[in-house]
Amino acid sequence: MAARLGQRRKWADRIMRALCISATVIGLVLLASILATLFYRGFEAMSLRVFTHITAPPGSEGGLLNAIVGSLIQSLLGTAIGTPIGMLVGTYLAEYAKNSWLGNAVRFVSDILLSAPSILIGLFVYQILVLPFGGFSGWAGVAALAIIVIPIVVRTTEDMLQLIPNTLREAVVGLGAPKWKMIILICWRSAIAGIITGVLLAVARVAGETAPLLFTSLGNNAWSTDLSKPIASLPVAIYSFAGSPFEDWIALAWAGALLITLGVLGLNILARTLLRSRI
Amino acid sequence: MASASLTAPKVAKRRASSLGDRIFAMLCQAAGILVLILLGALIVELFIAGLPAFRAFGIAFVTSTDWDPVRELFGAGVSIYGTIVTAILAIILAVPLAFGVAFFLTELAPPWMRRPVGTAVELLAAVPSIIYGMWGFFVIAPAFAQHVQPFIIDTVGELPVIGALFQGPPFGTGLFTAAFILAIMVLPFIAATMRDVFEQVPPVYKESAYGLGATTWEVMKGVVIPYTRVSVVGGIMLGLGRALGETMAVTFVIGNANRISTSLFGPGNTIASLVALEFGESEIGSLKLASLLALGFILFLLSFAVLATSRYLLRSRLKA
Repeated sequence: MAARLGQRRKWADRIMRALCISATVIGLVLLASILATLFYRGFEAMSLRVFTHITAPPGSEGGLLNAIVGSLIQSLLGTAIGTPIGMLVGTYLAEYAKNSWLGNAVRFVSDILLSAPSILIGLFVYQILVLPFGGFSGWAGVAALAIIVIPIVVRTTEDMLQLIPNTLREAVVGLGAPKWKMIILICWRSAIAGIITGVLLAVARVAGETAPLLFTSLGNNAWSTDLSKPIASLPVAIYSFAGSPFEDWIALAWAGALLITLGVLGLNILARTLLRSRI
Repeated sequence: MASASLTAPKVAKRRASSLGDRIFAMLCQAAGILVLILLGALIVELFIAGLPAFRAFGIAFVTSTDWDPVRELFGAGVSIYGTIVTAILAIILAVPLAFGVAFFLTELAPPWMRRPVGTAVELLAAVPSIIYGMWGFFVIAPAFAQHVQPFIIDTVGELPVIGALFQGPPFGTGLFTAAFILAIMVLPFIAATMRDVFEQVPPVYKESAYGLGATTWEVMKGVVIPYTRVSVVGGIMLGLGRALGETMAVTFVIGNANRISTSLFGPGNTIASLVALEFGESEIGSLKLASLLALGFILFLLSFAVLATSRYLLRSRLKA
């Protein structure tokens, strides 16, 4: 009787272990399938032309140069605007408002923004920047991406500042330094690796964002780096090409998809190794 | 006299530094308030922009299943239905997988394996939405149409009550495929939360259970899960919040039809996919555009409620 119960418990354990291992294998196989598809279809379509020509009508030799440049401009500018704001907010939460109601409210709202649907941020920017200022523009796209960057940087900045031991802060203040010097010269400097990680993750996140750009920078099939006009971006170009019935446009979409995924995953892995080597 | 000349410059200097302090503190606080204003403005702007639709259709906008641009009749019923069904179905598919991954990473995997496998699962979260859309459209949908769906229709579809959910022609695209893609996208978020809270269980509890002769699974079932239950639900809600608002991936695979089909294999739409598709064809100032923005407002309320609940349930983890 007891032996049979023991057998049953052992079998239950073995079955659950097997199920959990298969769940992990399924997860890994799905990632592998995505990457394999991207590499197979992406490399097939990849050529120098992708980097040297701008988007063109189907049938004519086109590339993705304007989309790549547009994506770089918008992602980098969006991050450049969002990062300082996010750092200040994170500093406010960690150094000034640990338990105040305002601090808790800001932390709550920032966490909501972090997971809020990005399409809503696109609609919001459409309402406040596209409609009043007469049309789609690169600046609106930059603003939408900056709003997405802020909560990511807030989270990492606050987390990293909380890791700094209080004795370090006390030592600085004990030497007579004002608080702002303590924060900028000691706290930020100690937390810089973590904050850079957050910024890299933010770049990776906004580089792949499509939905907010559909309503803000719209996309542009001609060469344009003017931020006051509609500007192309890689995800939006992929979206419109992948949904088209033309073979060569779909191939270009795969090439773009491979580029963007390599960039995003590369940034993620870089951010992780950077953080690990410093801790 | 001497003491006065000693202290005088000190006071002046301290004043200068306290000015710097005040400016910096004000900058930080202003940035914090800016974040509050951003979210507040987002709510207000979406509501104001959607107001014409709420005025024209009243509360019936939420339940109406019309979407007829010609007759200017718009309703949110179908897309709300699609949003909720795909998100919940995605959670049903993702939770067992996420639990398995988290259990594997915390209890079963040899130490050298934990980091690479954990990173690989987290990379699933980094893949952009549009890539999932392309992969779903060009790889998963054909595979579903040729192999998975015919099989399910022939087996589960024959069952009495739940069979109705799995009938109809195997298009490949549809609510079920959208939910499947969403499940893969939210899997890493749920798995990461579960792994983090599982790791916070004090080792003493687990060791005492092992000391009584419990198997690994029994420790999981009897100690780890009861201890972390609330946070696990919080992690699942976080996944649900993410699934509600996913746009690009869903737009590719859901089939984009404005009707409620009883079968999960039928086409449908979600709030996000409808907005993404129809936005470009709406004129400024039209009732259609207002309806789309009203849909955005409803989506915001939905995801705000879910995300706020998630954060409330995860508060113990946030404090730790």
